[in-house]
Amino acid sequence: MSNIVVDKSKVPWWVSNVIVPLVNLTLALLVSGLFIFIAGENPIEAVKLIIFGSFGYIQGFAYTLYYTTNFIFTGLAFAVAFHCRLFNIGGEGQAYIGGLGVFLVAINLSFLPIPIVWLLSICGAFLFGAAWAYIPAYLQSKRGSHVVITTIMFNFIASSLMIFLLVDVIRDTNQMAPHTVKLPEAIWLPSFEAFSGILGIKIRYSPLNLTFLLAIASLFFVWFLVWKTKWGYEMRAVGHNTQAAIYAGISPHKNIIIAMCISGGLAGLLGVNEILGVSHKIQAGFPAGYGFTGIAVALMGRNHPIGILPAAFLFGILYQGGSEVTFEMPNITRYMFVAVQGLIILFSGALENLFRPQIESFFVKRLNKEVNA
Amino acid sequence: MVSPILELTNINKSFGHVQANKNINLKINKGTIHGIIGENGAGKSTLMSIVFGLYQANSGSIKINGKEINLRSPRDSIVNGIGMVHQHFMLVENFTVLENIILGFEGETVFGEKLANAKKDLEKLCKTYNFNIDLDATIADLSVGFRQRVEILKSLYRGAEILILDEPTGVLTPQEVDELFKILRSLKDEGKTIVLITHKLIEIMDLTSEVSVMRQGEMVGHTKTKDTNKEQLAEMMVGRSVLLRVDKKEIKKGEVIFKVNNLSVKDDLDVARVKNINLEIRSGEILGIAGVTGNGQTELLEALSGIRKVESGNIQLFGEKISDQDNFLNPRMLKEKGLAHVPEDRQRMGLISDFKAHENLIFGYHDQEPFSKSAVLNSQEITEYSSKIMQEYDVRPNSPNLITSNFSGGNQQKIILSRELNENPKVLLVGQPTRGVDIGAIEFIHQRLIDMRDRGAAILLASVELDEILSLSDRIIVMFDGKIVGEKENKNVTDRELGLLMAGVA
Repeated sequence: MSNIVVDKSKVPWWVSNVIVPLVNLTLALLVSGLFIFIAGENPIEAVKLIIFGSFGYIQGFAYTLYYTTNFIFTGLAFAVAFHCRLFNIGGEGQAYIGGLGVFLVAINLSFLPIPIVWLLSICGAFLFGAAWAYIPAYLQSKRGSHVVITTIMFNFIASSLMIFLLVDVIRDTNQMAPHTVKLPEAIWLPSFEAFSGILGIKIRYSPLNLTFLLAIASLFFVWFLVWKTKWGYEMRAVGHNTQAAIYAGISPHKNIIIAMCISGGLAGLLGVNEILGVSHKIQAGFPAGYGFTGIAVALMGRNHPIGILPAAFLFGILYQGGSEVTFEMPNITRYMFVAVQGLIILFSGALENLFRPQIESFFVKRLNKEVNA
Repeated sequence: MVSPILELTNINKSFGHVQANKNINLKINKGTIHGIIGENGAGKSTLMSIVFGLYQANSGSIKINGKEINLRSPRDSIVNGIGMVHQHFMLVENFTVLENIILGFEGETVFGEKLANAKKDLEKLCKTYNFNIDLDATIADLSVGFRQRVEILKSLYRGAEILILDEPTGVLTPQEVDELFKILRSLKDEGKTIVLITHKLIEIMDLTSEVSVMRQGEMVGHTKTKDTNKEQLAEMMVGRSVLLRVDKKEIKKGEVIFKVNNLSVKDDLDVARVKNINLEIRSGEILGIAGVTGNGQTELLEALSGIRKVESGNIQLFGEKISDQDNFLNPRMLKEKGLAHVPEDRQRMGLISDFKAHENLIFGYHDQEPFSKSAVLNSQEITEYSSKIMQEYDVRPNSPNLITSNFSGGNQQKIILSRELNENPKVLLVGQPTRGVDIGAIEFIHQRLIDMRDRGAAILLASVELDEILSLSDRIIVMFDGKIVGEKENKNVTDRELGLLMAGVA
């Protein structure tokens, strides 16, 4: 047991918010390196491959940013709910249903002017995701059913529902596979290669598209919402101290529902990237675990947009670089990188306080010496 | 010369960078009642926790009867004859007195003959010190005063020669305090040594023969009690001279502006806690509610402030019905009508400790102009307002961006008061305004409340500190078991009279 007690007010913000996460990340990567070594490959070579795969050529970098886009949405989704102390594990299901929203709006309203279709599809994604989060939120606020349990269950329900729809209702009847028809090409979101084409640079296909900018805008939106509006203030008040919120006339019910709906809506935006931007149709299982990884992104990013951006980027690098590694190193499977992600979650989430007191007291002592000297 | 039974030399203890004890020296003589007095956070409890082995000092030595000892855990202390009665009792509620006392005591079993022997020993102890406890009673059925006796008995049974009591009177009625003091005196007469930690000057003067004063982690003086007085001790505690009495001038009362008719309220477990209460408060009047904690004051204040549902009856503000069993205004609407509330428990309700000071200073008023305009918070306005009001209410340090939990209890309370008083409410509900607040801040808070009254506000003050009720109120009601059991104009009322009412015996 550690007996170090640190006066929190004396710890500089950059120690708790930059140094500590970096130390935890480094440890996770060291342990991952050990695994790679045990698997019979050279960890240094693996790191080189990751860096080359995610930065080394323009197409790889575009892939990295594409993954980053998804992680920003799901990371923000988790963070918003967390500020109201709600553990929204349901990003996966909300993203899935959000995708349904994009598709239904886009295919039914494709006759409208294109920017309007985009705008309405984004709203569709947000509303469908929010609606899927509303049910657990309602159950939590009115019936006290814990949101962790219900959102996990709602992931399964979303998955079953979508499979049913994809098989029996909205399947492309010319195909055997469970996916829908493609959206008309005119309303696809412009891709990165289309942009570079305009600039006269020719690059090969990548899934990166305009949604990346929406993700950046969402970062700003969440920052503004949580810290600069009275809604965010009330959400945080309910999250930190429900009793006090009631005392101040702030309704916990209302805020639980608002926080969960915004959270679900942000997760739903993942559907914009996947469906309007990349595959242009709903495929079974398209959220592919982004919703869960978003939890790790938010934890690493300390639930702040400024932290979530680099954390999402880091996971983007791991995804893109990781697939490069599995390609080049036969002993390393895809699951190895799931384990690496797991280690990052372990060190930056569960073991977050393992070294925090030591690191903080180290810096507090050093800084005090400088002041006194 | 006989060496003191307990001697501390140069004790230092720090938590991180907070030095809770600095070079403490203390000598306690056998067979005395020794008071240790100081404000909250002065380091009294830390020091005694070191003596009881809960904490280890960073440096310094502890001697018992002239022999240096090393206390690494409470067990070491018990073996060396030190017993401690904590503020919060450490008893198993559904065990009997006997079971609680022998629980965890080495070398005894809980069966058969040994149990019978233990009971015999305890009965003898009870008789010697007039404890008057039924050893087979279940703890849950005992009043707070009796539970405390069980704690004392437990220490004595374990062979305590030195008994440390940490703020023992905080939860007792005046009559129970008398009983406790009687017991402590008889313990002293039998040669036991008692260390009394308190922040109440009156107890020091009543009971102790020697007193040590602590301030900000340091021992600032030792003296014989008979050579000092309350004013002098208060000055030593705070470091400056303190006004102990509140200056209160007579004021003409106005009309009744707040009225409660036949109010009943239930708690979260659906137990009736407020039973058919009627009261009214006039403008320019402070109505004090006296009573032992847990007799419905909490639920009453919550119902009046719109936090808790009314079971039956109604509440009127300026003749307008604001709450009854069918509907009640929420706290925000009540604020708009001029009713403010300083809650009893500031940590749990009054503020959000993880928020920055400026966020707490607008708490509950955050959606009003100029703090927010069409849902967007105006940071600049909020910060300017905060640093202005923190200056006005002498909140230290004046840093609106500091996290609230880093302020001391007194300063946290000032944050709440400044927020609630700033809007000049017509009706003010106040619960335990000075709980855990240092003397200097108490003086300030009391003065603010009196100012509010002089400006014509109707104030309802609930407090477990009888002194506070007596020095501030114009009229006093006493609550017992959810009912009003007495009402008195605050003229020539004694704490004895109130105490009897509080205990439900008059």
